[in-house]
Amino acid sequence: MSDFPIPVKPKSRLRIALDSDLFYTFRRSPVAMVSAVVVLVLVLSAVLAPLIAPTNPFNPASLNLMNGFTPPMTPNAFTGESFFMGTDDQGRDVFSTILYGMRISLFVGVAAVFFAMVLGITLGLISGYVGGWTETIIMRTADVQLTFPSILVAMLIFGIAKGVTPVEYRDQMAIWVLILAIGLSDWVQFARVVRGATLVEKNKEYVQAARLIGRTPGAIMLRHILPNVLSPVLVIATISLALAIIAEATLSFLGVGAPPTQPSLGTLIRIGQGFLFSGEWWILLFPAVTLLALALSVNLLGDWLRDALNPRLR
Amino acid sequence: MLAYIIRRVGQSALVLLIVGLVAFSMFRFVGDPIDNMLGQERTVEDIERLRAQLGLDQPFVVQYYKFLEGAVQGNFGVSYRQGRPVAEILLERAPATLELAMVSGVLAILFGIALGVFTAIRRDGVFANVIMSASLIGVSLPTFLIGILLIYLFSVELGWLPSFGRGETVDLGGWSTGFLTESGLKALILPSITLGLYQMTLIMRLVRSEMLEVLRQDYIRFARARGLRDRAVNFRHALKNTMVPVITVIGLQLGAIIAFAIITETVFQWPGVGLLFINAIQFVDIPVMAAYLMLISVMFVGINLLVDILYFFIDPRLRADRSGGH
Repeated sequence: MSDFPIPVKPKSRLRIALDSDLFYTFRRSPVAMVSAVVVLVLVLSAVLAPLIAPTNPFNPASLNLMNGFTPPMTPNAFTGESFFMGTDDQGRDVFSTILYGMRISLFVGVAAVFFAMVLGITLGLISGYVGGWTETIIMRTADVQLTFPSILVAMLIFGIAKGVTPVEYRDQMAIWVLILAIGLSDWVQFARVVRGATLVEKNKEYVQAARLIGRTPGAIMLRHILPNVLSPVLVIATISLALAIIAEATLSFLGVGAPPTQPSLGTLIRIGQGFLFSGEWWILLFPAVTLLALALSVNLLGDWLRDALNPRLR
Repeated sequence: MLAYIIRRVGQSALVLLIVGLVAFSMFRFVGDPIDNMLGQERTVEDIERLRAQLGLDQPFVVQYYKFLEGAVQGNFGVSYRQGRPVAEILLERAPATLELAMVSGVLAILFGIALGVFTAIRRDGVFANVIMSASLIGVSLPTFLIGILLIYLFSVELGWLPSFGRGETVDLGGWSTGFLTESGLKALILPSITLGLYQMTLIMRLVRSEMLEVLRQDYIRFARARGLRDRAVNFRHALKNTMVPVITVIGLQLGAIIAFAIITETVFQWPGVGLLFINAIQFVDIPVMAAYLMLISVMFVGINLLVDILYFFIDPRLRADRSGGH
């Protein structure tokens, strides 16, 4: 063995990412690329909403009731102002409400999935590594919860949490309650997958070695097992995100989610449905299409990721 | 086999007990029932009297037992919002939901199986491919958007069908049915399509993939070699053997239909149990929520149990496999 390392120019991180198998399959899949672009555009416009949006729909000073019900791309009869996607009954620019609504939808979706992920991974790791009674209790609870549709579980949790919060805080807390409800209704999948992977990993030699040198169970779970069970988690998280966005929209549409003071896409669709019969189609159509584009592209991206990371999961 | 059934029944009972505990805790700890029942003007004596009357001064376990006893007898307390016994309200609303669920279930099963068989047999046909692509959209569209889309098409633009409510109903000894009037039947169409569409696509895709699997088997080739007609091969030999997983899914989806009725009922303002539940959440009407939770759990757990037991009767292979351990 030579003592002199062959001088190789170290690859930059970007280079490594661009040379990876993952990026290769990504470039080979037009569906994935289009979905990624759509997701990117939507997420960016949601994050940058205050900069992009022509008006701030939650600032009453910027609203003019005379602008109410302006159809898209047509100047208003009284004020002469024109709006890209029209305005709603209060003269709010629909385009701006969608941008701000998407922020809420995305925030709730991402936070709920993150919460579900952390909870699921923790419980999955513990039940897989520790076993025994702990495992039985955790996994039985998961089984029971899985018998019920998750949207129903989310509704119940939302209802109970609403009952516990004092009346004057209910609207303020609604977003957090929503995150809690959707997150708690969705942890089971993560826990199941992580537990299954942990059961396999914990008998491998590197874990035995770690145990031998006296690392604590907590450290073994976090530093040794966790990194090796993460790739299926990533796939589930992406698909869960699409489901969480739809769950949030459904709850808000039903009136048990984001309040009218902080409307998400679902709340906007709920509001728009009221104008379906009077002919103001744009108040409903644009939020609905945005929701569909968002949910569908995240979903397709998740499908691609699943096939790319692990063809066996198919 | 008997041991397996007994164990499954035991597990189901345990699940129901736990759900009962959740429902009871909602009753007991979410909002103070005394607060909800007595108005502003109340004395300490009033509170004490009501507390004793409701049994709230007794130990937790005793209260829980009494709650279960009441629930089994159909006594779920009084709705905070409507001031009437919850059981009475639920009974009044149940026919609407059950009729809706029944029609959507039948639609989903009939069309799901028919389209599934069709797309499997004509795997490369243009029409079959169109159906498969359409089903993808059906799966990814949220239920409430499908409902709104249907309302827009058939109520707003075409004006053919009503967009909300049940139409006229006929009272048959406490069961109000919409099956007997024209407006009642018309009102059923859009909600039942909305509710059944997802289940239909699910059944269709399942039947298709199972059929494709079975059609590859040797005994199918042998049946064709024997000169049997296509119809006999496809339906007698192939479809029959796809039925085990299909029946499982149908069974499990039955419960899901009742649960998803919440969304459809809200879109169409259908006066059923689901709409009642959503309103209960909005107004924090705990007794109604708890009762709905209990009812729907009994249904879900019951259906799960039935499906598991049905396996043994439908598929003889399972009996042979499982009789040993598990």
